[in-house]
Amino acid sequence: MPRVLVVEDSVSMRAFVRSALEGDDPDLGEIDVVEASSGFDALRLLPRGPYHLVITDINMPDINGLELVQFIRQSERHRSIPIVLISTRSSERDRDRGLTLGANAYLAKPFTPEMLREEAARQLAAGPQRTEPHD
Amino acid sequence: MTDISDKAREEFFSEAQEIVENLSRNLLALDAAEQSGTSDPSLINEAFRAVHTLKGLAGLFGATKVGALSHRLEDVLDDVRLGRQQLTAEVLDVLFASVDVYGQILAGEKEGSDDPIPAVGDLMGRLEQFGVQAGPASSPADEYDLDPGMLAVLTEYEEHRLRTNIEQGLRLYRLRVQFDLATIDKALEEIKDRAKRHGEIITYLPTGETTSAETIELDLLMASNDDLATLIGALGGDNLVIDEIPRQRASLGPATAPPSATRGTEVPRPASDRALSVAVPPAVPSEQPDVSLKAVTQTVRVDIRRLDHLMNIVGELAIIRNALARLSERLRGEGQRQLSSEVHRLHRSFDRRLTDMQNGILEVRMVPLGQVFDRLARVVRQISRDADKNIRLVITGAETEIDKLIVEELSDPLMHMIRNAIDHGIEPAEQREEVGKPAAGTIALNAFQKGNHVMVEIEDDGRGIDEERLVERAQTVGLLSSDEARELSRGERIGLIFLPGMTTKSEASDLSGRGVGMDVVRTNISKLGGVIDVHSEFGIGTKMAITLPITLAIVSSLLVRVGEYTFAIPVSSVSEAIVFDGTGVRLVDGREVMTLRGASLPLCRLDRLLNIGHETTSRRQFVVVAALGSRRIGIVVDHLFGQQDIIIKPLGKSLENVRGFAGATELGDQRVGLVLDAGALIDEVLAAATPGSDVDREGAWLI
Repeated sequence: MPRVLVVEDSVSMRAFVRSALEGDDPDLGEIDVVEASSGFDALRLLPRGPYHLVITDINMPDINGLELVQFIRQSERHRSIPIVLISTRSSERDRDRGLTLGANAYLAKPFTPEMLREEAARQLAAGPQRTEPHD
Repeated sequence: MTDISDKAREEFFSEAQEIVENLSRNLLALDAAEQSGTSDPSLINEAFRAVHTLKGLAGLFGATKVGALSHRLEDVLDDVRLGRQQLTAEVLDVLFASVDVYGQILAGEKEGSDDPIPAVGDLMGRLEQFGVQAGPASSPADEYDLDPGMLAVLTEYEEHRLRTNIEQGLRLYRLRVQFDLATIDKALEEIKDRAKRHGEIITYLPTGETTSAETIELDLLMASNDDLATLIGALGGDNLVIDEIPRQRASLGPATAPPSATRGTEVPRPASDRALSVAVPPAVPSEQPDVSLKAVTQTVRVDIRRLDHLMNIVGELAIIRNALARLSERLRGEGQRQLSSEVHRLHRSFDRRLTDMQNGILEVRMVPLGQVFDRLARVVRQISRDADKNIRLVITGAETEIDKLIVEELSDPLMHMIRNAIDHGIEPAEQREEVGKPAAGTIALNAFQKGNHVMVEIEDDGRGIDEERLVERAQTVGLLSSDEARELSRGERIGLIFLPGMTTKSEASDLSGRGVGMDVVRTNISKLGGVIDVHSEFGIGTKMAITLPITLAIVSSLLVRVGEYTFAIPVSSVSEAIVFDGTGVRLVDGREVMTLRGASLPLCRLDRLLNIGHETTSRRQFVVVAALGSRRIGIVVDHLFGQQDIIIKPLGKSLENVRGFAGATELGDQRVGLVLDAGALIDEVLAAATPGSDVDREGAWLI
């Protein structure tokens, strides 16, 4: 079963993502959702993977989503995990930085459960990333 | 589209509520900081993040009003945090207003109401006035030899903070810290706390250079006025290395300076150079068991109704426990000593565990009074601005804990009392100065625990209650004859503010002050099993002290019998019980009074009050002394049965206006007993000789 790490400091946002991913969807199949309530929580949970996808908010206190992307992309062990950013339309700049740092896609809030499921299915189907970081 | 689970929706409402409460707390802190001339940029950023999160959530959960409001607020807060807009008093006012509007919207949306809320439009209009100015120009961060890897992960806000700090001439430092993953939150809080006194931490960046799966290394970018030696002295330690990030000389030439803050220089940084040579487990995902996966968060949010449900079960278990005790008694009576003592032992250990469980659940229900105090602080700010009075609010004991339900019910009465204190208690500044008081009025809100009760006091240094005018007013509206007026004690005169007839708004404010709705306040407080005592010195100030039970859920009660009827009296309002032989009773002002240790104690005969005709069969009776606050009465009863934990159940709609009873309870032998409301009895007995008692009351006595 694919395992997805959802990094988000808002509890209802996590509940939203969980309920979207766990809903019946033939394209997606069953998914094991693991929630991290902060960037630190994600750092703590990452070694306990493997994860097949990370979905992370950008705007979080302390360790923000961009820092998490950078960390994952630099980590030999985790760098191949696809990453989807959750951003808002108002923070294009942050989103672009995330993509430059190696995130694979982004979802701009507000999005529907379908949009999230589609993106998750796409990323999971694409599988582990070849991330020899571009330089 | 519509497959968002109900659970997620529920989470949304409670989280939104929580976010708004945090926002409110934040604004109060901001306001305090502004007034003391300090500033903490992180507060504004937190306020921004709160609104930002709300906006995002609102979009997902289809809460359009929350979304629209958050959108506008976010723009304003974004401008403030990025330095494009000053945090003026007007901005703060609008922000404060938004907290209330959010409250209205959430209440409406939760009930599924789609009615327009006028306050939303008003607020949106006020928000429009804050225009956006042009953003700042190029980044002076270029002057520093900053690691591009670090710059690449700065959010817009972090970049702004960096720029601001550099513009203010602060130095930049890199703190490299190793953390144990298990304790990182706490360790980081400690560093943050210490660092706060020396500057601002702008960002945190995991370096990826972990030495094991259990530790992690972070680079913290910090701006400070202090020199390196000072910072090392204040923050340095075994696992914390501080380097100053040098300022590049003059020009913005190519980055020829040696990478002293050694990190890669490309964006994103290649996973090559020195970083990952350490013993990181191989990239092959190792199939570890997911035992520890679930340990993500340490708190759960619980619907209070679930706790009520548990508490009801505890109450029912208590009934079983009591039945066990009686069974043991009965067995002993029938000569089955061994069986009896076995049942007795069972009863004892059952009792202990039940008590633990009950305490455990009660503890979960407890919340700090600070929750309601925060709301009050906002009201004080608002009203004092409206009334153009300068008020200093001093809060102590916000951490005092009390049952969640009580906190909820407390906010309206407290709000009312504070409003009165500001409107009518605190004099205008000129008047205060004339009598030698400081121009700013002080309102103190104190909470503390006292035995089984929580005390909440509202104290002001205003003009106090003018008893003379209260009495005049009572006579004018016909609550008091002039004869009666002469006989009133001081306490009774001040007590007049609680009479229902004393409240007509227009005239009350032209009285000494406090008439406004105090009868309602007292009714609401007594519904919670509490009482209010008022102390006032004319010209000096007023103190209202509210005594409240810590919880409403389970009440330890004294069971008594009068004639054929069994009643329960909550132990929290009983101070003692004494044997009573009927002697030494005097009639004072037409009411029975006995003397107890030199002080007079008004008596309450339940049989007469409730019209339970009964002949006292024995000469020996008991007096249960019920005391709340400073007032007490003696309730005359035939028998005492001892103490029992009871759950108070409401009497139901048809009897809800009946005064004198807190509810009914099951007594364990399938009988039902009435629970006396000591507060109401005290009111009734003490009022019996007080003028005004013959005024029609809303409630009736149960006969």
